[in-house]
Amino acid sequence: MAELLQILISGLAAGSIYALAAVGFTLLWQASQTINFAQGEFVMLPAFFVLIGMTVLGLPLWASVILGLVLALLILGLAFKRMIVEPMLPHGTLPLVIATIALGLLMKESVKEFYGATAQPFPAIFPQTVYNVAGASVSVQDICNLIVSMIAIGGLQLFLNRTRTGRCMQASAQNPAVAEILGVNVRRMVLYTFLINAALATIASVLISPIYLAKFSNGETLGLVAFIAAIVGGFNQIRGALVGGLLIGVIDNLSAVYISAEYRSAMPLILLIAIILLRPQGLLGTPEGRTV
Amino acid sequence: MTRYKPVLVAFGLAALIVAPLGQGNYIIYTLCSWLLFSIAAMGLNLTLGYAGQVSLAQAAFMGIGAYITALMTLNGIHWSLAAIVSIGASFLVGLALGYPALRVQHHFLAFVTLAFNTLLFLVLRNEEEITGGSFGLVGMPRPSFFGIATDGNLPFYYFSLTCFLLAAAVLWWILRSPWGRAFKALRENPVRAESLGLNIRRQTLLAFAIGSAFGGLAGAMQAPLVQFIEPGSFALIHSLKLLLMVVVGGSGLFFGPMLGAAVVILLPELLRFTEGYYLIIYAALVIVLMVYSPNGLIGLGMKLYEKFKPRQEERRDLKQGVQL
Repeated sequence: MAELLQILISGLAAGSIYALAAVGFTLLWQASQTINFAQGEFVMLPAFFVLIGMTVLGLPLWASVILGLVLALLILGLAFKRMIVEPMLPHGTLPLVIATIALGLLMKESVKEFYGATAQPFPAIFPQTVYNVAGASVSVQDICNLIVSMIAIGGLQLFLNRTRTGRCMQASAQNPAVAEILGVNVRRMVLYTFLINAALATIASVLISPIYLAKFSNGETLGLVAFIAAIVGGFNQIRGALVGGLLIGVIDNLSAVYISAEYRSAMPLILLIAIILLRPQGLLGTPEGRTV
Repeated sequence: MTRYKPVLVAFGLAALIVAPLGQGNYIIYTLCSWLLFSIAAMGLNLTLGYAGQVSLAQAAFMGIGAYITALMTLNGIHWSLAAIVSIGASFLVGLALGYPALRVQHHFLAFVTLAFNTLLFLVLRNEEEITGGSFGLVGMPRPSFFGIATDGNLPFYYFSLTCFLLAAAVLWWILRSPWGRAFKALRENPVRAESLGLNIRRQTLLAFAIGSAFGGLAGAMQAPLVQFIEPGSFALIHSLKLLLMVVVGGSGLFFGPMLGAAVVILLPELLRFTEGYYLIIYAALVIVLMVYSPNGLIGLGMKLYEKFKPRQEERRDLKQGVQL
């Protein structure tokens, strides 16, 4: 029982970080039909911005995190949208898919060449004390990660539903043409979406790097997990991505302990295939009309 | 353009026949791997360029082909039988995988194939008793036909060339048949295609399964060429590489995948002097190409050709759809 509790908590903590990446993924899809295959690298990169701030510029941790956030907003948000997504949108999804795959490769290899191929230790944001709760060891870090991610996603949900800008963003995602007619600046709304994605990726990066260390190849697994979480939860719902992320985190940890370490990474994939077969719109998603 | 096509194809054939003569082993080996990746990319082009479905599992189908061929030939069965089984198995797996995925929206095939590729990698790595785990399988014999052995690199090249030409001919025939034209109708205007009585789902499924079968053939050729296979050669990254070949060359164009495969395989050799920066340069080039010419290199060439060609105003009402 204590073991199960422990697995559940660490699973939820990891899952909430996956959810951050998955939510960003879902937002990009809704706003601009971009399937971002570089999402994992988007989460990998900000940790290195922070490390550059600390080691090269000698800034304290909090200032480096802010620097990382600003760089992420500029590069992963603004530049990504202006230089890659925008010129390619008229050509359909496929060239964009290829370009994001290439972008992921570019970011991964650049970090490897210019920063280093070894895993870099990353300073912990939260204390790493471990408490004993009912026989289970619960780390403060896990709990704090869970809380921060929940606040981020909850805040985003409130922003999207309760503010004028948020509603305009939703309108632009649902029907850009009508939104434009009604006076919404659709291009700006799409830009906001990209900025939010970059911010979510930065939060995820700062939360996950103390646990997994900052490494150039982190994006491979993270990207796949975010992808699966988004589909399992429902590609067109933010709370779907949240549920998907948490579910994948828990299933991943459970299967590592109770099924087999060798096939650990197979479980989320099997879940993905099962979901596509049984409930293609995802657990919480609403069915989209057939595009064909 | 069309008038010179037979001449160009004849020149290309002649070039392919003389290309390996007097070359070192390494160059012949590279040419062979270009041929087999072209086959896999041609198959993917059928799925992607003609039926408009993104498949991220072409390397997995190559893996299925390679492992089946390796296991069968290591047990003394002739390559040609093993290749037929490989192609058949890839076709059937393609059907089984595509059937549920194509029930729903168009991008779901990409997701299912992505998961499938990763799963297959895990199975190949973990089921050590059959697949040899991460050590892989070694020492697959090269086939011999009517007493002619293909153990040397030059004979093996001609063997690969024969397979390549057969595969290209089959694809050409498929695309020329009424049934292949249906694929294009589907890509150009699915709603209209359906209203003309085409069963979209069945057509797309078949295109995907046939494309996968081409992957199986490529895998069946890879086993005797490399004589060593391991799960890493069929990981997701290689599927992405194949996708890149198709798109860089020009998806939906017959010669696109061959050009793309050449670029993806030969560019590392050309950029060798840049050492570690090779992948960075490569990725940047792909992004630039996609931004400026989503139709790949052939699209870029045609764009330039159109620009400098003496212009003639066409009758707009007779304008044709996209040419083969």
